[in-house]
Amino acid sequence: MLSSQLVKKNKLTILMILLLPSFIWVGMFINGSLGINPIDILMDKLGEMSLRLLILVLIISSLSEFVFFRSLINLRRLIGLIAFYYLFLHLICYIFLDHFFNLSFILKDIIKRPFITFGFLGFVLLFPLVFTSTNNMIKKLTFRIWKKIHYLIYVVILLGVLHFYLLTKADKTEPLIYFGIVLILFALRIYKIFFIRQVVQR
Amino acid sequence: MKKILSSEITSHLTYLNRRKFIKNSSAISIASSLSFPSQAIHSEDTSQYQQQLDDGDELNTFDEITTYNNFYEFGVGKSDPSNYSKSFNTKPWSIKIEGLVKKPITIDLEDILKNVTIEDRVYRLRCVEAWSMVIPWQGFPLSKLINLAQPLDSAKFIQFVTVFRPDEMPGQNRRILSWPYIEGLRMDEAMHPLTILSTGLYGHDLLNQNGAPLRLVVPWKYGFKSIKSIVAVRFVDRQPDATWPMMAPSEYGFYSNVNNTVHHPRWTQGTERRIGEFLRRPTLMFNGYEEEVSDLYKGMDLNKYY
Repeated sequence: MLSSQLVKKNKLTILMILLLPSFIWVGMFINGSLGINPIDILMDKLGEMSLRLLILVLIISSLSEFVFFRSLINLRRLIGLIAFYYLFLHLICYIFLDHFFNLSFILKDIIKRPFITFGFLGFVLLFPLVFTSTNNMIKKLTFRIWKKIHYLIYVVILLGVLHFYLLTKADKTEPLIYFGIVLILFALRIYKIFFIRQVVQR
Repeated sequence: MKKILSSEITSHLTYLNRRKFIKNSSAISIASSLSFPSQAIHSEDTSQYQQQLDDGDELNTFDEITTYNNFYEFGVGKSDPSNYSKSFNTKPWSIKIEGLVKKPITIDLEDILKNVTIEDRVYRLRCVEAWSMVIPWQGFPLSKLINLAQPLDSAKFIQFVTVFRPDEMPGQNRRILSWPYIEGLRMDEAMHPLTILSTGLYGHDLLNQNGAPLRLVVPWKYGFKSIKSIVAVRFVDRQPDATWPMMAPSEYGFYSNVNNTVHHPRWTQGTERRIGEFLRRPTLMFNGYEEEVSDLYKGMDLNKYY
């Protein structure tokens, strides 16, 4: 069994490893080694990383159902927050680098282009999760209510995948792979809710 | 004995420089008329293109133009075309001229080039993905080829076809688009003096990733109209199919003129990022060629015929 001691001890290492790509990409952006169209590339990398981490959060939840991986649940909040960090950088990139604070244009863009509408909505819906991520908040809200709020993660991830799918021009393989993984993870949860509960009731 | 084309011996640059040499018969460095490895040649003298630059425009570098490409035949990534086009063989090359013409023929590119004069054309290229470049092309007006082809009066449109060689073009092994890539122009657009068939850029033969050995360049339309590696030119009487409009008719139209008032669900068409610049520029109507081409579309509702 993966001991929760081990997992907790390595939290800092995991944090550093997961933050490292953002430092590397920003460094490459600054010294001009991120290719011919660096703004697009930086934005893509940040957004993609965020989506992957969000999906990882779901995977961790599913894995922690198994006794062997139970301790991984200690990483879920950390990874969720790092996903938000990447998403935040992704948005900063869009506002500052891509459109240089042209807020009226950005507002129109959010309304006019469905993929930006969905992406932005996903970002907004992640806020309540971030604000209620502390132990204190869980206590204050009671676990039951806190859990309800955090079901929003499903909506956020679906919006993220949809955002990626819509912005892809021709080869939709990658967003479809993400969608497939998300569907499997959803199916596992639905199975658990309906099937396992019935067994218990019997 | 197999016929050896002169294109297999003489590089396009040598050919160009020889023309220049004959034309100016003045001091052109002898060195530049020899075939050097590609990198050595193009980087030096860009002054000849400066006079064609519009205010506020600067040439993009050879490196930018040849490593940031959309050419899905070699993959969907921007650097895929430069990375995966090495085994694409463009010599020899022939082009089918078919459909509504006096006499359909298959003609060697070499024989076409004998009948035309290669000119420098510095054009802006605006991609539908909202980025743009300024490129010093070499080529000749498409009208020259049309005149050689002698179309019938019934020919109202032209369709172009890209080569289909999945063995040499890895992207064609996946059905990302329906291969071969096809594009089309209305006859008056095709005859317009700004419309060229390009054979080179920066004084260098077109590299494979840019659509060697012969590609279309229509500077007032989105980049995907400028079809690459052309093997067939078909004269037809009706508006022909084109690859992107077939795939997503609500997103891409047959005309696909650069038009900052026609909305696209994915990219803003109001502004663009010039490759190499930080701030976006406003996108100009017809990519800044409004004066030259707006007459072609008089009385047309460009929001309907996008």
